[in-house]
Amino acid sequence: MWVGIIVTGVGVIFLFLGGLGVLRLPDVYNRLQAGTKCTTLGAFFTIIGVGIMEPDWFWKALLIAIFILIASPISSHALGRASCKTGVPLCKQSVVDKSKEFDECKEKEK
Amino acid sequence: MIENVFIIVIGAAIILCLLRMMLGPTTPDRAVALDTASTITTALLVLLGFVFKRYIYLDVALVYGILTFIGAVIIARFLERGI
Repeated sequence: MWVGIIVTGVGVIFLFLGGLGVLRLPDVYNRLQAGTKCTTLGAFFTIIGVGIMEPDWFWKALLIAIFILIASPISSHALGRASCKTGVPLCKQSVVDKSKEFDECKEKEK
Repeated sequence: MIENVFIIVIGAAIILCLLRMMLGPTTPDRAVALDTASTITTALLVLLGFVFKRYIYLDVALVYGILTFIGAVIIARFLERGI
């Protein structure tokens, strides 16, 4: 029981940090970082923690967690690629922009 | 008891995402905020199922996760090349 509560608490803290990062970071790509990494890990830990607290639900909870672990990076990758091709600018503090090396993102310069 | 604190913190995270979805200067900002809020909502549904002791909430969370994934990919396709 206590192991489940601790795992769920860690996941909830990660989820809150993800939401805070989506609000506070300066750029769409930075927001994508926060909104993907923190949220994927937080949702994984939260659902696995519920599965530990309620042992009859463990296998379906594991199924949902693995599905989130696969699907969330794919959708975030698609959103990042779409924002690169749409031509959303980087923030001012950015140092390097590797996306100009690819042909798909060169079209936004013309 | 502690589960209520967890639910309040997750609700605060969803409210932060909704604020970004209102403020966001460009369209991909809003799409990213919606994607993040949907993934947080999936975890919230599982936690609500634990609090209410209802097994059916896990099925709802699974279907909601699948629909979120499809919706995010379709929004990305629409932003890239239009309908």
